Amino acid sequence: MSAEQMNGAEMVIRALGDQGVDVVFGYPGGAVLPIYDALFMQNRLRHILVRHEQGAVHAAEGYARSTGKVGVVLVTSGPGATNAVTGLTDALMDSVPIVCLTGQVPTHLIGNDAFQEADTTGITRPCTKHNYLVKHVDDLARTLHEAFYVARTGRPGPVVVDLPKDVLFAMGTYRAPETVEQRKSYRPQTEPDPARIAEAVEIIARAKKPLFYGGGGIINSGPHACKLFAELIEMTGIPCTLTLMGLGAFPASDKRYLGLVGMHGTYEANMAMHGCDAMINVGARFDDRVTGKIAAFSPNSKKIHIDIDPSSINKNVRIDIPVIGDAGKVLEAIIEGLKARRFAPDRAALGKWWQQIEQWRKRDSLRYENSDRIIKPQYAIERLYALTRGRDVFITTEVGQHQMWAAQLFKFDQPCHWMTSGGLGTMGYGLPAAIGVQIAHPDALVIDIAGEASILMNIQEMATACQYRLPVKIFIVNNQYMGMVRQWQELLHGARYSESYSASLPDFVKLAEAFGAKGLRATKPEEVDAVIKEMIAIPGPVIVDVAVDPAENCFPMIPSGAAHNEMILGPADRKSGGPVSEEGMVLV
Amino acid sequence: MSDKEKHTIAVLVDNEPGILARVVGLFSGRGYNIESLTVAEVDAENNLSRITIVTSGTPMIIEQIKAQLSRLVPVRVVHDLTEEGPAVERELVLIKMAGMGEKRIESLRLADIFRARVVDSTIESFVFEITGSAEKLNAFINLMKPLGLVDVSRTGVVAISRGAAKF
Repeated sequence: MSAEQMNGAEMVIRALGDQGVDVVFGYPGGAVLPIYDALFMQNRLRHILVRHEQGAVHAAEGYARSTGKVGVVLVTSGPGATNAVTGLTDALMDSVPIVCLTGQVPTHLIGNDAFQEADTTGITRPCTKHNYLVKHVDDLARTLHEAFYVARTGRPGPVVVDLPKDVLFAMGTYRAPETVEQRKSYRPQTEPDPARIAEAVEIIARAKKPLFYGGGGIINSGPHACKLFAELIEMTGIPCTLTLMGLGAFPASDKRYLGLVGMHGTYEANMAMHGCDAMINVGARFDDRVTGKIAAFSPNSKKIHIDIDPSSINKNVRIDIPVIGDAGKVLEAIIEGLKARRFAPDRAALGKWWQQIEQWRKRDSLRYENSDRIIKPQYAIERLYALTRGRDVFITTEVGQHQMWAAQLFKFDQPCHWMTSGGLGTMGYGLPAAIGVQIAHPDALVIDIAGEASILMNIQEMATACQYRLPVKIFIVNNQYMGMVRQWQELLHGARYSESYSASLPDFVKLAEAFGAKGLRATKPEEVDAVIKEMIAIPGPVIVDVAVDPAENCFPMIPSGAAHNEMILGPADRKSGGPVSEEGMVLV
Repeated sequence: MSDKEKHTIAVLVDNEPGILARVVGLFSGRGYNIESLTVAEVDAENNLSRITIVTSGTPMIIEQIKAQLSRLVPVRVVHDLTEEGPAVERELVLIKMAGMGEKRIESLRLADIFRARVVDSTIESFVFEITGSAEKLNAFINLMKPLGLVDVSRTGVVAISRGAAKF
């Protein structure tokens, strides 16, 4: 059974089936025609035709992040592969498991500058977790199974398998996944070192001002890890903050949740990061958007760092106790360790710490001045949140101010319901990602919170949404600017708004109609609720154009190059002479 | 920030296409320094190649380099020979000398002192082969410069740990 003869293209379809794949996001072309022919001959595997290969990868990311499964992409050689590069880099930065199959010119033409030839493995080497060029059909099945294994295990990531056309036509022997032996050089460590666990337990037990700093690694570990994380927080009474990638790993409605951490995080989360005496990082990576100025980052804390990727340890921040392993397994071991130690929280110390945190919380750092004349972007997102309660809501975003407001104001109580481009910051991510989420969750309410500039970067995917009747909702917070660029120009570059105005915008309502979707618009605060309700009621794809205050800035904000305790809370708090040091100016 | 240190790192990898590009790309992409790099298959049966890299950086960077190398899928094991204990380091150089008369005789005399071997000779040229530490080779090359040195080819450092232990 494991030694069947078939051609390469059939082998690809067979291997995807054996890997449990039910949907592929792709775009055909000359080099992958044999695979498309094999797809045509079967009914098990569903193919979603995107309108641009970047969209295929983001859709697969949305699918992967909302299901925990590997997202699969199929594109042709040359431009098909190069168009996928942004998506692959995005998936690498955000640790999303993707297998991307790329067509390639026949092996005898490789290196000849053939039509639609590109050095795909060369180009994608630095933007994938691993990649392969399959030169012989008998290596094909093994390589595909290994690609899936590498993509989903350890720290997940994108894997490219480059498939020359002659290999797809060649006859060979198929091997089932269970017959493929694992390579010796790739063995991610998932079980933590007990000695490190003991040290971590000791620090947690003795801390007076501890803080959990959770990231996407908890979500990648799975729902069980999120449950254990909540259990550990319950057991210890320790406050918790989450990164952009970690939203949903702990319920936002819980009072022990301090909100988002980092550049646009809450005052209480950042002040707690700065003031804690023990920081327990679970599956986050001390990104520069989180740490701010490294030299002033959480100066008085013992730092425990739980990560499945040893290269994350000591990369940006010096760690006292590194714990390598799968977040779920580590959390389980820590809970066991605390129980064995008959741990009881130090109520007095923790009470004082919480008192301090409540003082910070009282600053109400997400507060904004609402208006009855003009729609404030925060108001639009708050209403979107309020009016979608009681439904299974998945949120994707594009990149910029709207993304940060969504992260601040939309509250996630479950993991895998928030999809955003965190590491790479890819404008154009949200719509294709929403398509991928909707494919995986046909009955859910999937909303892309977008900006008017970002949405135009992959607007062609509206055709995909319409073709498959995917009821994705695109909620455009339209301030007629690349808002985050405008904000930085205001704060850092003397309000010289160089090229950040969204000129010649399309009429988004007509644009929706041109694609065969519905378009809605709100221009006054009193119209917002009605438009959101109508959007939800429409069974198909909808674009909602919400005209918001063009001058609104996203606060709170840690200016680049500043420390956590140097946050700007709002327009009134702006320091004279500009908030950003010269040192900070050169940072991104 | 702490000072830069020089480390010799041995990397055992699956011998497959693209592995050297992965290693070199990692160094250039992340801004690490390569002072020398040598690579060759060392175990055909197990399909293993050994890459020896001499690099420099702060202790934090050296730690990152090792972690990043270990993360590459075809990398089996990474050893920091500088940190893990005494190691023997050797490099081989071929040096071409051209000229006649006094200088030619002087270069031969010095080659003898340094235990360099003559591996090619014509009436007007020699090729010396010499192995040793990078310092010794540098000293020899410097001595040869005024005596008619025309070309140098160096292998880069290879290294192996002292004692019975593997690596």
